[in-house]
Amino acid sequence: MPDQKAEPKRPDPEALLREVATETRGHLKVFLGAAPGVGKTYEMLLSAAAQRRAGVDVVIGLIETHGRVETEALVHGFEIVRLRQLDYNGRHLREMDLDAVLARKPALVLVDELAHTNAPGSRHPKRYQDVEDLLAAGIDVYTAVNIQHLESLNDVVQQITRIKVRETVPDAFLDHADEIEVIDLTPADLIQRLKEGKVYVPGTAERALTHYFSAGNLTALRELALRRTAQRVDQQLLTHMQAHAISGPWSAGDRILVVVNEHPKAAALVRYARRMAERLRAPWTALYVETPRSLRLNEAARDRIAEALRMTERLGGEAVTMPGRELAGEILDYAAKNNFSHIVIGRSRRSRLHELIFGSITSEIVRRAGNVAVHVVTGDEKGAPAAKTVDTRPAAAPFDVRPYLITAAVVAVALGCGEVLARFLNVQNVALVFLTAVLVSAVAFGLSAALFASLLSVLAFNLFFLPPYFSITISDPENVVALFFFLVVALVASNLTASVRAQALVARQRARTTEDLYLFSRKLAGIASMDDLLWAISSQVASMLKVRVVLFLPENGSLELKTAWPPEDVAEEADLAAAKWSWESSRPAGRGADTMPGARRLFLPMRTGRGSVAVIGIDSDKQGPLLTPDERRLLDALSDQAALAIERINLSKDFDKAQRAAERDRLQAALLTSISHDLRTPLASILGAADGLAGLPDLTVDDRKALLSTIQEEAERLNRFIANLLDMTKLESGAVTPNMGLVDVSEVVGSTLRRAERILAGHRVETALDPGLPMVRIDPVLFEQVLFNLLDNAAKYAPAGTIISMEGRRAGNLVSLRILDEGPGIPQADLEHVFDKFYRVRKADSQRAGTGLGLAICRGFVEAMGGTIEAGNRADRPGAVFTITLPAQAEATA
Amino acid sequence: MNANAATILIVDDEPPILRLLRTSLVSQGFQVIEAMNGETALAEAGRSSPDLVILDLGLPDMDGLDVIRTLRSAGNAVPILVLSSRSDEKGKVEALDLGADDYVTKPFGTAELFARIRAALRHRLQQQGEPPVFRSGDLEVDLVRRIVRMRGEEVKLTPKEYDILRMLVAHAGKVLTHRMLMSEVWGGETDVQYLRIYVRQLRQKIETNPERPQYILTETGIGYRLKME
Repeated sequence: MPDQKAEPKRPDPEALLREVATETRGHLKVFLGAAPGVGKTYEMLLSAAAQRRAGVDVVIGLIETHGRVETEALVHGFEIVRLRQLDYNGRHLREMDLDAVLARKPALVLVDELAHTNAPGSRHPKRYQDVEDLLAAGIDVYTAVNIQHLESLNDVVQQITRIKVRETVPDAFLDHADEIEVIDLTPADLIQRLKEGKVYVPGTAERALTHYFSAGNLTALRELALRRTAQRVDQQLLTHMQAHAISGPWSAGDRILVVVNEHPKAAALVRYARRMAERLRAPWTALYVETPRSLRLNEAARDRIAEALRMTERLGGEAVTMPGRELAGEILDYAAKNNFSHIVIGRSRRSRLHELIFGSITSEIVRRAGNVAVHVVTGDEKGAPAAKTVDTRPAAAPFDVRPYLITAAVVAVALGCGEVLARFLNVQNVALVFLTAVLVSAVAFGLSAALFASLLSVLAFNLFFLPPYFSITISDPENVVALFFFLVVALVASNLTASVRAQALVARQRARTTEDLYLFSRKLAGIASMDDLLWAISSQVASMLKVRVVLFLPENGSLELKTAWPPEDVAEEADLAAAKWSWESSRPAGRGADTMPGARRLFLPMRTGRGSVAVIGIDSDKQGPLLTPDERRLLDALSDQAALAIERINLSKDFDKAQRAAERDRLQAALLTSISHDLRTPLASILGAADGLAGLPDLTVDDRKALLSTIQEEAERLNRFIANLLDMTKLESGAVTPNMGLVDVSEVVGSTLRRAERILAGHRVETALDPGLPMVRIDPVLFEQVLFNLLDNAAKYAPAGTIISMEGRRAGNLVSLRILDEGPGIPQADLEHVFDKFYRVRKADSQRAGTGLGLAICRGFVEAMGGTIEAGNRADRPGAVFTITLPAQAEATA
Repeated sequence: MNANAATILIVDDEPPILRLLRTSLVSQGFQVIEAMNGETALAEAGRSSPDLVILDLGLPDMDGLDVIRTLRSAGNAVPILVLSSRSDEKGKVEALDLGADDYVTKPFGTAELFARIRAALRHRLQQQGEPPVFRSGDLEVDLVRRIVRMRGEEVKLTPKEYDILRMLVAHAGKVLTHRMLMSEVWGGETDVQYLRIYVRQLRQKIETNPERPQYILTETGIGYRLKME
């Protein structure tokens, strides 16, 4: 999809004109199907029937029922404009009578098979042109068409179905449709309909038909139809998303595959692919095919491959390594299987002559690519390929004499066996015993030991079995030939066996590395706190690479030592400087690196696609370079994983912070609303009533009483609100320090009821407290406030005259106190929010809602006292129930 | 009440409160003296020997608690009614333990205020000679014979229960802090939970519905009060 420029801010005058034009133009609705038989006509008729029922003047211009019974049944009841009959070359043809429809001038006309080609002699060659006329005449049109008829998709459809579609409709026609409805049917359902004979495809051979309706084709066609429709939505969405900087979703079409190898330009290829992916809004993958040649690559080359793949992951692509032999074939096969539409590949750097003789992978891919677009990139990007900046230890172990001693022993054993066998067998057969020794050495110790064994064997064979014995010279020429062939066989066998062994070793090594990485990432995935994560990273890396690890993270603008394994909390000056340099330049520094090699540790930046998140430092007691190239690559992979994990926690922290900030803003706004509303309303009533009392002449005694009680009630309300605000402020500032003591719940219930007497005057209050209710450890003052608020809440929401009950019960080690009312209950959606600050359950009538503080205070107080509070609805009848649960205390005795 | 013509010293620095108190008290026949700070209050208490002091704890020049302390240490036994804010349980308890007689929480209704004033004044009058039998509703306490009756039926109380009830009766209508009750009944500091257990038992014996007591009222966080008819 091409880039979209942001919508101009001022409305486009032409667009306005177009809008005016469409007002007089008919309204076009297209029923778009993926394939014949999905039920477009049927749907179109259903929609039209609904319109007709709504009183719209609907006629049928032309409908193809193809003899389907359900469809024909729907046609009944519609007015049908008679078709035009005409004879052409002896064939009897019927077409929609455009002039008749125009003359009839209905509000809505149904025209099936939009892509149809009109018979010669009609006004227009194509039916969609007839539809244009109808629309221009201000008649609304319902029409149906299959996706394969869309001009731009014609080729694609032909590729998918191998059927050439001749009747096409220009894309612009569909683009101008006011409404598109996709008639979607799953391929399985459609095939079922086909089997039941419900699908009619004219003039198609049976075989072609079966092929056409294969599940694969139908899926592809369906995707085309859905995507084509989605494109219209996409245009609007795109502008919106660009304006809001929302990334994704990617359009389903394009997928980019970039092929990397050890070439220094690999990084440039990756970057190119990434730019292309951004432009096309497509997903992308970097592929490295590991051939037998890969095993022979030097360390620098292997580093470059690893770096290109790492970079891919950092830049948001997927990195894939795949074993294979024949590059071009493997690449194309992978691209085809995974639906890639673009391949990015580097230009061959070999000479013309080389290409002529051996061919070039690039040109072979281009030649065999088929529908896949191949981008051959020279990779002449600026920026030198990353030089190796860290010394590594040679991978090979220092010379070890043991394998050779053991090999010598093995050959000696073979010699002994040969001596015994030579008594019964032909001397030539003894050669096989020595060959066995060679193979054993090859399997056990590799190539050099095997060659050593071959040499010893030849010597021993010659000395002990070929006359003259105990002499290098050989008398029989036949034996010379035998010895020569023995040597050849031994060498070849050594080589083969050793290379098998080497491959097995590499494979095992890789499996172990993969396993390690997997375990590492699994370990990190579950960790939620930064401290735990850093600890896990350092201890894991330390144990996997047998090094000491320190981690530096940025904090308040400077780099801080956060974790070390084994634990250590001071960093030397030189180390700190190296770590800082590594952080700032995003490059390795310290021991073994180009920069500050004098530091004790080697520091590497830990990066993700968004940049560096930390610096890891390692050292060990070993002399010389710290890591082998393999270890270095493992460290890179580990540090990538770790960086992602750190970023994940950073992001979630940022997210939390943003959420908290938003919450704070919301609360602040709510507080202002609350204060202005909940303070002013009672004040207004009080002032008004007082004014009335002071100024209004001729007030009756009852009027006076009413005004006075308004003042009294409103002042009390104000008082409660302020008390709540104070409590909330105390809770927020952490000034609530419960003065806990063993308290008899029934005593607090009693005192609360006395305090709430006036609020509860309109309700009946019942208490049912178990007589054996144990004492609970609470702050009686806070608890009284909790109960008061709950009663206040119940009185507010439950209608006057209903019962508010308080039940106290002991259940095991818990004491629960329930306050039940007979009000409307709490809407399900509000249940989890009722304890939120400033959250008010909306009330249907104009009755006063709460201040949104009372329940929040309840929760704050109850939790401060080590209890819990829950809101719910009664099971036995409508009404809310609040349950406070507290730990019971053993009954104290006097 | 008019006959008593008691003199009341109001100590508060808020003119609206002063005005409200003055108006209501005068309308009930009391004589009113006003003081807007602690110093004046102490001077007036000495000079005009009021029958009752209504004292706001937050004064501009000194802590209201210090006013109580000074008065009591000078041997002035005038009943003191403290005005305090709702959330200040600690301040109330402190004032009561220092020798204040009762408290009213701001904002307060005049009915409550007059009930407290009456209790405090009556207590002062009773000090000359307590009547041997206390009656409130169906409750009857014979302080001489140590007999408690509910609706004429004798109720058996343990000695500690009786001690608590006797204390409450002696200060009927007035609040008694936990500490006052405990030091009287147990002769010193003890855990307030014991007091709560005894009060619960006592209520079960003399209250019709112990969950909604009619006689022994709880002043949450402060103490108990025996309701006076």
